[in-house]
Amino acid sequence: MFKPYALTARNFCTLMALFAVCILPARASAEVFSPKEFELANGLKVVVIENRRAPMVMQMVWYRVGAADEEPGESGLAHFLEHLMFKGTKTVKPGEFSRLVAQVGGRENAFTSYDFTAYFQQVAAHELEKMMRLEADRMQNLVLTDEVVLPERDVVLEERRSRTDNSPAAQLREQQRRALYLNHPYGRPVIGWMSEIKALTTENALAFYRKHYAPNNAMLIVAGDVTVARVKELAEKYYGPIPRRVVPERVRPQEPPHRSSRRVTLRSERVNLPSWSRVYLAPSYAAGERQHAYALDILAQVLGGGSTSRLYRKLVVERGIASSAGAWYSGDGLDYGEFGLYASPKAGGDVEALEAAVLEELEAAIKEGFDPADIARAKKLTAAGAIYARDGIRAGPNAFGRAFTQGQTIADIESWPERISAVTPEQVMAAAKAVLDERRSVTSVLLPEASK
Amino acid sequence: MMKSLKRSLIALSTTVGLAIAVVTPVQAIEIQKIVSDGGIEAWFVPDKSVPLIAVSFAFRGAGSATDPEAREGLAGMVTGLLDEGAGDLVSQDFQRELEEIAAQLSFDTGRDNFSGRLRTLTSERDRAFELLRLALNKPRFDEKPVNRIRGQILAGLKQKIENPRHIAGELWRNTVFPNHPYAKPSDGTVKSINAITPSDLSQFVKDRFGRDRLIVGVVGDISAAELKTRLDQVFGALPAKSRKFDIADTQPAGAGKVLIVKKPIPQSIIVLGHGGIKRTDPDWYAATLVNRVFGGGGLSSRLYEEVREKRGLAYSVYSYLNPLDHASLLAGGTATQNPRAGESLDVIREQWGLLGEKGITAAELKDVKAYANGSFPLRLGSSRGIANILVGMQLSDLGIDYLAKRTELINSVTLEQANNVARRLYKTDDLTVVVVGDPAGIEAKP
Repeated sequence: MFKPYALTARNFCTLMALFAVCILPARASAEVFSPKEFELANGLKVVVIENRRAPMVMQMVWYRVGAADEEPGESGLAHFLEHLMFKGTKTVKPGEFSRLVAQVGGRENAFTSYDFTAYFQQVAAHELEKMMRLEADRMQNLVLTDEVVLPERDVVLEERRSRTDNSPAAQLREQQRRALYLNHPYGRPVIGWMSEIKALTTENALAFYRKHYAPNNAMLIVAGDVTVARVKELAEKYYGPIPRRVVPERVRPQEPPHRSSRRVTLRSERVNLPSWSRVYLAPSYAAGERQHAYALDILAQVLGGGSTSRLYRKLVVERGIASSAGAWYSGDGLDYGEFGLYASPKAGGDVEALEAAVLEELEAAIKEGFDPADIARAKKLTAAGAIYARDGIRAGPNAFGRAFTQGQTIADIESWPERISAVTPEQVMAAAKAVLDERRSVTSVLLPEASK
Repeated sequence: MMKSLKRSLIALSTTVGLAIAVVTPVQAIEIQKIVSDGGIEAWFVPDKSVPLIAVSFAFRGAGSATDPEAREGLAGMVTGLLDEGAGDLVSQDFQRELEEIAAQLSFDTGRDNFSGRLRTLTSERDRAFELLRLALNKPRFDEKPVNRIRGQILAGLKQKIENPRHIAGELWRNTVFPNHPYAKPSDGTVKSINAITPSDLSQFVKDRFGRDRLIVGVVGDISAAELKTRLDQVFGALPAKSRKFDIADTQPAGAGKVLIVKKPIPQSIIVLGHGGIKRTDPDWYAATLVNRVFGGGGLSSRLYEEVREKRGLAYSVYSYLNPLDHASLLAGGTATQNPRAGESLDVIREQWGLLGEKGITAAELKDVKAYANGSFPLRLGSSRGIANILVGMQLSDLGIDYLAKRTELINSVTLEQANNVARRLYKTDDLTVVVVGDPAGIEAKP
């Protein structure tokens, strides 16, 4: 990075003095990760992010399939298949994949969400070829038998117990999610309902694999100490021979109009501190009234993103009625986004009074609007995330993988800081009014057993 | 701002046990030792690839083990308050300034050490360093923010009461370190948190933030010359000497105990362990390799294979070494549905015993050395990560040339040495076990 970064920013700001906001320029061509992309003949999209900082690389493969693509009754299958992808292929024994990665000092894992399933390894740069060979191999040659599948199903049940069944708060969140989505599969838990996980079979997993895991339904991303030319060479060699397949179109049952607000309450003897939250159905970057998405990012920050935010300031600092309070926006979903509010009382505090206070402050915020200085600060803070994201090689691949699987483009990621910086106070208010509609929300309350 | 107090169950202080391996000498990280005019030392790695600077620092020996009697949780409370008002800036103003420049400032404490981190955009470093200076040198501890943070900690304590992992960790710690500061709850108790005054907080800073304890690591877009000035600016006015705290060395107690806390939850949480090995022990590297083979993370270890892969007993099963300043631990754990909890514990015990008896194989040693040498460079991918490693290296007294030495230290471990250390360390009879849940097949041995 050339030295006069600060100077550039100041000069730019002087020029932009006419505008309400000073944009923080990333680079001359307003790029964040400066990716290079190409596509193989079989439809596999490839993205390369060159970063010579350290002699390492990260390989990621993202599939355009997730929990929201499961059939009714087979919840948890996408995530289960993710686990099973480590169980061996025609040429690699069960567990061998991970042993081979560990042997070269690699770090690896995989994860599943509603719209995607992703696999990655981080290794020394000179081990990339081996990782690409292994990953390409399991893209088409997975072998599954009951012997390896059934114990893994037990593992997934333990994972579910650990994440959800052992925790009243997590149980409530699971119920809240189902109540938010009247019809859409985003209402299901990614890990699956217990009874449905128990019923998943080897055949289910293989069928799901054959249906969705194809090169034309995937993106390969390589970041680090590597050249595009080298990635192209290796991609052609290992992924190139995999034939494309017909993959079903992603059509999910959509939400009907939301006409009534919902409320879920969970009481448990294991709860000692009540908590309150509300989630609204919202547009995402890719779907619905998308013009609100970037403004919603800023709304979340200025309303409840940190300790100078409206909710925290009013409820925690000034009124002292909450121990915590905040807001968040999730805009990544292929079909929908979510906007959330949360608050907890102080020890011994009353959650009903807290709810009233939150809603009071929310109404006041919508009525009065936000201080332009607060919005400017929120924008600058949010946009700066794009610079911090360049510290390390993980953020870029994750951003592009999400974009690919959730209806956005590389250009969307690269111009994200600009778009954030272009949000106006009027747009923030318009987004707030459009989204904070109680009829499109679920309010959830976690309480101790003996009332209050 | 109260960040989440990461008081993990058993992991007490963090020391970077494993070191950095140089795989390709050409791209080895070169660490410069910078000493400011005022005598402040920092380990420094320049990097201009991203316009930011990462600062990591620690006050050695100023962790929660030094919390005074009846003031448990003091160090933790300080971590939440240093950025809640300093110098002439009251709480909201200080927070606003941090946000204005998008600076990331946080503090943390382990049992042994108190630490902090600052990441700033290069363009905003002026103000960022000044805010750090104020936080460390002139924290205000005004009554309102103190009470607010107090309220947050108390709320957090309430929330954790029925958390099975929290219950397991606390009981295990109290059993293993009876009457020792390491058993003190890092987050404090309702009583102790309510007792802490602004004067206690100020005294904490006065007593512990001395240049004699200070360790600094800086990575990023800054010159050595400027860094020297910044070191004096930020740390120069701290007292040269801090107060001494005498924490006794100790050995873990509770050998052979099996304690069960019955809770109506579907999955039992199991934690277990006994004494370990000091960081300075000549067998340390052998021990890390052996533990990695046994249960040290990743998707291939003996515990992973036996408990998870073969039997589907758990999602997570692990073992780890924890070399604290005044004690060392070798511990592990898992979580299994109640009807099979006994089976899980039996398998872990069996494996623990097998390792202690027979050690590891030559093939396992070869593979784990390859892992240890190949994986460490991966930690050098970000300025933030490297800055933390620079501090970790200094806390463990590893020497600035450690990077070049580490590969050899790993490679020189022989099978005989590895198996001697396995025999020496893994003793099933010494295990202290705590289970929270409603486990079948486990007999309590209080």
